Amino acid sequence: METTWYLVLSAFIFAIGVSGVISRRNPLVVLLCLELMLNAGNLALVAFSRMHGGEAGQVFALIVMVIAACEVVIGLGIIVAMYRNRLPIDIDEMSELRG
Amino acid sequence: MSATSYGWLVLAFPLAGTLIIAFGWRVLPGRVPGWIATSAIFLAFLSSIGALLDLLDRSEEERQLVDTAWTYASTGNFKVGLEILVDPLSVFMCLVVSGVSFLIHLYSVAYMGGDRGYARYFAYLNFFVFSMLLLVLAGNFVILIIGWAFVGAASYLLISFWYRRQTAVAAGIKAFVINVIGDVGLVIAAFLILDNVGSLDFLPVFQTAHDHFATNDSTIVWACLMLLVGAFAKSAQLPLHTWLPDAMEGPTPVSALIHAATMVTAGVYLIARMHPLFELAPTAADIGAILGCATLLFAGTVALVVTDLKRVIAYSTISQIGYMVMGVSMAAYSAGLFHLMTHAFFKALLFMGAGSVIGAMAGIQDMDRMGGFRRAMPFTFVTFAIGALARAGFPGTSGWFSKDEILAFAFNRGGWYAVLGVLGYVGAFLTAFYSFRMVFRVFYGNAVPEAVELESGHVAHGEPMNPMTGEPEDTDVGFPGPEHHVAERAWPMKAAMGPLALLAIVGGYVAIPGVDNVIANFLEPVFADSPLAQDEPSTGAEWLGLVIGGAISIVGIGLAWTIYLRRPGTTARLVERYPWAHRFLEHKWYFDEAYGALFVRPFATFGSFGRRVIETDFVQGTIVGGATGVVRVSTSFARAIQTGYLRAYALLLLVGVAGLTLYFLINSS
Amino acid sequence: MWFEDVLFFIAAIGALAGALGVVILQNPFYSVLSLVCHLLGLAVLFLLLNAEFIAAAQVVVYAGAVMVLYLFVVAYIGGADEPLRPESGGIALFGPVFAFCVAVELCIAFIASGLKALNTDGPDVGAGFGSPGAIGELLLTNFLIPFEAASFLLLVAAIGAVVLARRRRGLES
Repeated sequence: METTWYLVLSAFIFAIGVSGVISRRNPLVVLLCLELMLNAGNLALVAFSRMHGGEAGQVFALIVMVIAACEVVIGLGIIVAMYRNRLPIDIDEMSELRG
Repeated sequence: MSATSYGWLVLAFPLAGTLIIAFGWRVLPGRVPGWIATSAIFLAFLSSIGALLDLLDRSEEERQLVDTAWTYASTGNFKVGLEILVDPLSVFMCLVVSGVSFLIHLYSVAYMGGDRGYARYFAYLNFFVFSMLLLVLAGNFVILIIGWAFVGAASYLLISFWYRRQTAVAAGIKAFVINVIGDVGLVIAAFLILDNVGSLDFLPVFQTAHDHFATNDSTIVWACLMLLVGAFAKSAQLPLHTWLPDAMEGPTPVSALIHAATMVTAGVYLIARMHPLFELAPTAADIGAILGCATLLFAGTVALVVTDLKRVIAYSTISQIGYMVMGVSMAAYSAGLFHLMTHAFFKALLFMGAGSVIGAMAGIQDMDRMGGFRRAMPFTFVTFAIGALARAGFPGTSGWFSKDEILAFAFNRGGWYAVLGVLGYVGAFLTAFYSFRMVFRVFYGNAVPEAVELESGHVAHGEPMNPMTGEPEDTDVGFPGPEHHVAERAWPMKAAMGPLALLAIVGGYVAIPGVDNVIANFLEPVFADSPLAQDEPSTGAEWLGLVIGGAISIVGIGLAWTIYLRRPGTTARLVERYPWAHRFLEHKWYFDEAYGALFVRPFATFGSFGRRVIETDFVQGTIVGGATGVVRVSTSFARAIQTGYLRAYALLLLVGVAGLTLYFLINSS
Repeated sequence: MWFEDVLFFIAAIGALAGALGVVILQNPFYSVLSLVCHLLGLAVLFLLLNAEFIAAAQVVVYAGAVMVLYLFVVAYIGGADEPLRPESGGIALFGPVFAFCVAVELCIAFIASGLKALNTDGPDVGAGFGSPGAIGELLLTNFLIPFEAASFLLLVAAIGAVVLARRRRGLES
């Protein structure tokens, strides 16, 4: 199998993640779709690393995983804080930036 | 000290007086502002005398001194500075202005007592004298125009001094508007002169005028006509005279100062000062003479029927200035200025006497309600009668000498000027008649209740009200005070009227034809360059004129005596027989109505149209509304994007990424 | 070899199915489970790409720890079922459309580009490729700074989470 297939797969997973971020209203599911997008990036990185024959891409993917973990932690912390303050768990309710 | 230093002092004292009173009015008690103002003018008068003495010390050729305080603008070969010109003409005017102003200030110290705006009055009065002196001492057109404008402003401030009185405010505005018309004329004339001669300083302009203009060149004629517009607006001549009778709304000393002795003579001074230009434009000078003559007849006829005491004197002022304007337009400069001086004396005296009578009448100015004050107010009666005799040109008074000197000049010039002379004598007859109409109606006849009260030693006291409309008023600031002052009771008023009465009698003796000619000799250096002025009538012709004038005045006084004393009721019969004439004269030849229809109403209509349509619909609606509407519409798109929904923002990001990727794809293939 | 291709397709379809499940399923609990399935599919793909350590890290860290964390939060909060057709129809309609456009554009970029390397399997790599030893060596030599920065970031995130989610005395009724 060629690198191209992995890349095409990565593109589709990314697209699915993006559409999820836009269409879902539950912030938990939005975060999950964010994870999808990060994973698609990881897949592309590892595919390129195999194409070049060097492990730099894999190291990069490792770091991305670390970042994803941190981001999930903070995002979930925010959602828990929202829940504690009796705010509705709905992204559309957070519209204070409305101009 | 040189004459120019005295000149600066003359300007400095009244200005200092104004500033001290204006800034310190809270701490100056009682009548102190009045005394400060009076002493400021007295010091100015002394400085004028100093300047006079210094000028007399010099030889005749060196009597035109210029001094510049600082230069305003200096570009290329054009320079304008704060310059005064001290020469016989300006010193003469300074003496007249400061002398008569001093006496009027003295009178006002008592007359305005009790008025809540006492300090404000004296600050304004000093400012007026400062402006008038600035005008007279000006050495170039710029300072002249500045003084001219200040004088107009001071006149407005003083006419509407009792600012809560509607009629006074309207009169002040009317005076100011007409004065501005004159200012415009003056400025246009200055432009024309600057354009053609290249300088605004008086002496260079006068000395080189004949190099730049041919006689009766259209430019110089227009410049002189514009100067006439300025002069006529300030001196209340036809057709810009309508403001002066209404200006009687101001306090009586203001009328004495501004509208008798000083401001209205500024036009005469202007024509005399600009005489080299006027002699280059005989057309303009002739127009000035004709209008001056028309004015004196017009005002004389109206003064026959007006019943308000101050307005009779106002119309007489217009008429007398008509004489002066006619005189200086015909190159009878020293005669015209001599009449200016004597007129200042007797007109100020008449106004002061009128103020005393009005005080006795508790503010009422209508002659129909006056009578028989002779026994109650002897001092006022004597001084008033002296003033009236001088005005009528009774033989022996100063007015006789001055007025008939002008008419003698007219006959000397010959040609159609003789017609003006004849009309001048007709006017003199009218003057004599209405002068004594005033005297007989106010002081003779049956004593009215106010006079009876005064005889028993008690000044009448009425309800405060507007003398023209009868509206009730109060005596707080903005209206006249509660006190009424009569000359017999207040020594400053007597001290002011006395010297003026004396001057009204003996003031003429400085220019007895054939004996001495003090004024003409003194003013000669100024007018030495005028060939027409050198052409003086002979002594015999002048004496003939004096005799005719004296006879006419006696006839006029006699006619007044007959109508008002011997056969009372004659006027009522005349009014019955010629009602239309009476109405025509009473409405002042319908000038006010004509101006109202021609100018005031169209402008008022345009103004309300502007407010309703142009301002509201056009500016507010279209321009302002349109501009804000365009902004609002064009930003509504940007506002629509700011929904506040995170998902919408994410979608926008996505759309942007898709677009960019497409762009790079297309570009790279 | 041929079973590598078969394995690839199975793993790919599993990953795609998991991804679609995350987006489509209403119950957030099921979405989390669907993501776990997707992560496992990706781990298989990583193995096919000779990235052993990354595959292991994916399973242990990602699917193991992070997703469990997610499950805890979903259990705490609950999470109501959303209707499939949300009220704000416009946004939800255009999202997938434009996402599909981006995917198509990327595919065009990959497939139609002239890069020859994309059409190959990649060079022959030795046995140590992708092993923990090789990754570790790189982390401590060439990529030391990103490594340290990432650990610092983890510290910050841990503190941040504690601060965000602690109970504030007196502010809640």
